[in-house]
Amino acid sequence: MGFGQSCLIFALTLLFSLPLGMVVYFGRVSRIKPVSWLVKIYISIMRGTPLMLQLLIWYFGPFYLWKMNIGGYKFTAIILGCSLNYAAYFAEIYRSGIESIPKGQYEAAQLLGYGKSQTFLKIILPQVIKIVLPSVTNEVITLVKDTSLVYSVSYIEMFAVAKQIAAAQTTVLPFVIAGGFYYIFNFVVAWVMELFEKKLDYYH
Amino acid sequence: MSLLEMKHIRKSFDGLEVLKDISISVKEGEILSIIGPSGSGKSTLLRCATMLEKIDGGEISYLGEVAASVKDGKELYVKGEKRKQISSYFGLVFQNFNLFPHYSVMKNITDAPIHVQKRPRAEVYEEARALLKKMGLEDKENAYPCQLSGGQCQRVAIARALALNPKILFFDEPTSALDPELTGEVLRVIKSLADLKITMVIVTHEMAFARDISDRIIFMDKGVVALEGTPQEVFGAEHARMQEFLGKFNA
Ligand SMILES: Nc1ncnc2c1ncn2[C@@H]1O[C@H](COP(=O)(O)OP(=O)(O)OP(=O)(O)O)[C@@H](O)[C@H]1O
Ligand SMILES: [Mg+2]
Repeated sequence: MGFGQSCLIFALTLLFSLPLGMVVYFGRVSRIKPVSWLVKIYISIMRGTPLMLQLLIWYFGPFYLWKMNIGGYKFTAIILGCSLNYAAYFAEIYRSGIESIPKGQYEAAQLLGYGKSQTFLKIILPQVIKIVLPSVTNEVITLVKDTSLVYSVSYIEMFAVAKQIAAAQTTVLPFVIAGGFYYIFNFVVAWVMELFEKKLDYYH
Repeated sequence: MSLLEMKHIRKSFDGLEVLKDISISVKEGEILSIIGPSGSGKSTLLRCATMLEKIDGGEISYLGEVAASVKDGKELYVKGEKRKQISSYFGLVFQNFNLFPHYSVMKNITDAPIHVQKRPRAEVYEEARALLKKMGLEDKENAYPCQLSGGQCQRVAIARALALNPKILFFDEPTSALDPELTGEVLRVIKSLADLKITMVIVTHEMAFARDISDRIIFMDKGVVALEGTPQEVFGAEHARMQEFLGKFNA
């Protein structure tokens, strides 16, 4: 029973997050500045805070905001939380893959008369998939670990915790503070890594 | 009427003027070679002609139809169907081939004719096989680019460009990325195209080849046409920069 549920969480998360990551990537590189900024912030929050914390927010958010019955939407909350989280990681993997394709591939395609979408779908994407496969594999392995954790913690225990919290009338504030702490720490790490990336940007 | 007419082309990269009011024209059936020192703007000229790079000034037309014109800050680039039509007039062979690594040799050559030009598959395949034969690659149609030598890759790239039946084919240093022992096979193939009366514009550092194949040669220097004429005229000219340039090859 538990294993089956875990597998379902895993499969659905992959099903939604793999294509969603591509959508996020297009938002990330959008020429419309507000869009790319919002997506950047989204990615940074998704990667900068622990998945468990994000799940807690999907879990308790509706409960605190609208007094919804947790039992009715907990599965949806898990899938939503995991998919949004993994889409952010996949988007960044896709981005590095797409940026690694030489400019000459686009130029050759243009000279041969391929349109923009044909170029992307026929020439670029198949090469990107090959390139990103190892990184995607890593994420998928992590997802396996995450789902089992998510399942055991949130699906069973969190329900009990939720009841206690509801009974004690406490708030989610400690969670938010803990999350903020994680986020700032990861933000600094990401910032340092970005500096490294820029330093290495002198060749392609 | 000229097949290609480039008039008063100007192009800068962040303040650096690479093409300075340069004009060239190419007649149908003509073979034009462009030579000149590194950084003189030869590649930039080809990239402007093939619309990979936008011009800052001047006018480009093919068969009398304006493809791009920039005058007094007013920019005009043909779009839509017209753009597609004009783009189908020319092909470009890159220095580093730019073959699609995930496509077989055959698919590299046939995919655009079938899916862009929407020509019948059987006919395209038949033509592609004939082209491969001409390139001396009839046994390679199922190979992938990574299984080929540089010279073979470049010959596939030439076949790929020819499969779209362009009126004019541009070459940007087609042998510069090759080991010396492989340049011969590619130059021979290009030469065999000359017999087919295909209009060609070739940027090259192979002086003997340029002298041999060209109807006309342009010597470019610092973004302008410094010298232009038949191979005899250009190589024989008492032109200081030209002689200095040639000296580097003979040294
Ligand atoms: N995309 C670009 N951005 C900035 N500068 C560029 C760009 N492309 C070319 N240049 C500059 O323009 C000048 C002319 O370059 P171009 O590649 O046209 O020369 P070339 O005659 O083809 O030289 P080579 O024989 O070395 O291929 C060079 O100084 C080069 O650095
Ligand atoms: Mg060049």
